[in-house]
Amino acid sequence: MNALSEDLKNRIKAYLPRYPRKQAVVLPALHLVHDEMRTVSNEAIVEIAEILELHPSEVHDTMTFYEFFKHDGDKLGKTRLWVCRGLACMLRGGYELLEHCEHKLGVKCGETTSDGRITLEFAECIGACDGAPACLKDDVHVMNVTTAKADELLKQF
Amino acid sequence: MAFEPVLLARVAKLNSGKLEGYRADGGYAVFEKVLKDKQPLEVTTQVKDSGLRGRGGAGFPTGLKWTFLPKDHPGPIYLCINADESEPCTYNNRILMEKDPHQVLEGIMLSSYAIRSQCAYYYIRYEYGDAYRSTQAAIDECYAAGLLGKNILGSGFNLDIYMHRGAGAYICGEETGLIESLEGKRAWPRIKPPFPAIEGAFRKPTIVNNVETMACVTQILRRGNDWFKSLGVPPDPKNPRDAGSYGPKLYTIAGHVNEPKCVELPMGITVRDLVEKHGGGVWKGRKAKSVNPGGLSMGFADCNLPLKGEDGKTEYDIPLDFNGPGKIGCLGLGTAAITVIDDQTSMVDVLHNVCQFFSHESCGQCTPCREGTGWMLKITDRLRRGQGRREDLDVLVDVADRIGIMPGTTICGLADGAGWPVKTAIRKFRREFEDAIQSGAKSVHSKSLQLVGAH
Ligand SMILES: Cc1cc2nc3c(=O)[nH]c(=O)nc-3n(C[C@H](O)[C@H](O)[C@H](O)COP(=O)(O)O)c2cc1C
Ligand code: SF4
Ligand code: FES
Repeated sequence: MNALSEDLKNRIKAYLPRYPRKQAVVLPALHLVHDEMRTVSNEAIVEIAEILELHPSEVHDTMTFYEFFKHDGDKLGKTRLWVCRGLACMLRGGYELLEHCEHKLGVKCGETTSDGRITLEFAECIGACDGAPACLKDDVHVMNVTTAKADELLKQF
Repeated sequence: MAFEPVLLARVAKLNSGKLEGYRADGGYAVFEKVLKDKQPLEVTTQVKDSGLRGRGGAGFPTGLKWTFLPKDHPGPIYLCINADESEPCTYNNRILMEKDPHQVLEGIMLSSYAIRSQCAYYYIRYEYGDAYRSTQAAIDECYAAGLLGKNILGSGFNLDIYMHRGAGAYICGEETGLIESLEGKRAWPRIKPPFPAIEGAFRKPTIVNNVETMACVTQILRRGNDWFKSLGVPPDPKNPRDAGSYGPKLYTIAGHVNEPKCVELPMGITVRDLVEKHGGGVWKGRKAKSVNPGGLSMGFADCNLPLKGEDGKTEYDIPLDFNGPGKIGCLGLGTAAITVIDDQTSMVDVLHNVCQFFSHESCGQCTPCREGTGWMLKITDRLRRGQGRREDLDVLVDVADRIGIMPGTTICGLADGAGWPVKTAIRKFRREFEDAIQSGAKSVHSKSLQLVGAH
């Protein structure tokens, strides 16, 4: 059984020439798989390990360190929304924003709406404090997020 | 004379990230000249003599660090660019990468030439998607223009720059954590020595430098050392070990100010001037109670606490050079990220937020850091729930004093950075903490108590 498509495998392999060791491709490979499949299944881990000539447990070890990748039956929604809880955001309403989003979406941080649209997360400072309170929509900053702006944002996804 | 920004000179321009515009503003001219006319050692010497100190937090002299590389090393030498920028309330690297990526890249090219590296890894935090894309686009332009790759402009010098994205972990900013992460392992910082200059990425000699440091290298080579040394603060004659605080610096202002923003100024501006003249003052007509002068790890200043022997001045008046914050018990200048806390805000809430961060980001490798940050979070959580105990403050300070490379109990400086805000906040605002314990008052964020406590 193939968890990863040939195309995805080729895109992982394309990273190999950049580094003197294959293991360095673990993080790029995890990102590629996670972005496309919205999770990194155990089968995917085995196939990444095969390409990189590692034991699957080595890939798994690195992956779980970051608490960033969804795995084992958990799956990202179509959009991942991170609400910053860092100090600069807390000082300008970040906690209230987080609470508002949880309430609005009916999920807790780390969970995905039942229609699979949005995964809500909290983030430590996302480096957008000039626009606090701030969010990250996938990997793009959204600044000065009032609750009204958040409602607009949530509708767009 | 008003100071004209140099590092930020181009950021407001239309298409400031494009090669064409960068060239039109004189970009890459000095790199071309250096390739033709200068030996690598000359570049290192110039950077060393300029007095440039690293902008990533530790303030280590950049040129000096480069000289720690083994001489005539036969194998590869790597340059790692630290764009992890995860110190809370810091965002100056982001602005440089999003708006003027070529200025940073030129510094990387010059530095790689100086240290004889043919391969630079640009480690960027995942959350900086826009910065990643603008920098990658700039790198692509450079390859197309023959500024990167093999035999650059016929000089015989080869250089590749590869971007490498992180995955949301603060510890990847610590230089050996960064290296481990780059190698595809968990980002556990390494025991030093060996320092990266001797054994770094892939066990080869490696230099790790910050993004802003690279932009400074570009400007130093372009404008010369006299220019760089005309800005900032010369070494303190009373301190023979002080290397001075030369050059322009990007300060970021966040928190309770009217205009949070990133500004470039000569090193040494006071917190008060930064907030009042550049940050639009404290918001809502309030007063500043406390300031964090350089990223959370640096600890807190008490804006009302008089400075000894300086009439009428308070901790709000300290200069933001490499020595200033240390004079009031803070850890250092750190990332020069200033966060202002107004007089309506509870320091209990602030400290809880800080402890929440460090407990979440401790990599777990050293027991004093892993357990200590966890305890400090638990205790500050108790405080904000109005369930504080009398002995809690002493326990907090005791834990904070025991974790870190300074007391010698941990591998990396994250733990020192976790302890410092706790020590400084409790020392300087003890009355407020004691009152909170006595009154049993709950945090104004009490609605979110459960939510944030759940993680
Ligand atoms: C916990 C921790 C986090 C750090 N995070 C960063 C960071 O995000 N960016 C950075 O440039 N330096 C960071 N540093 C400092 C680096 O270890 C290193 O000193 C720096 O990248 C060297 O570059 P420079 O000499 O150009 O400043 C961190 C240090 C520690 C202990
Ligand atoms: S001090 Fe903390 S963050 Fe640093 S290596 Fe030890 S456990 Fe990890
Ligand atoms: S604290 Fe939220 S972006 Fe920095």
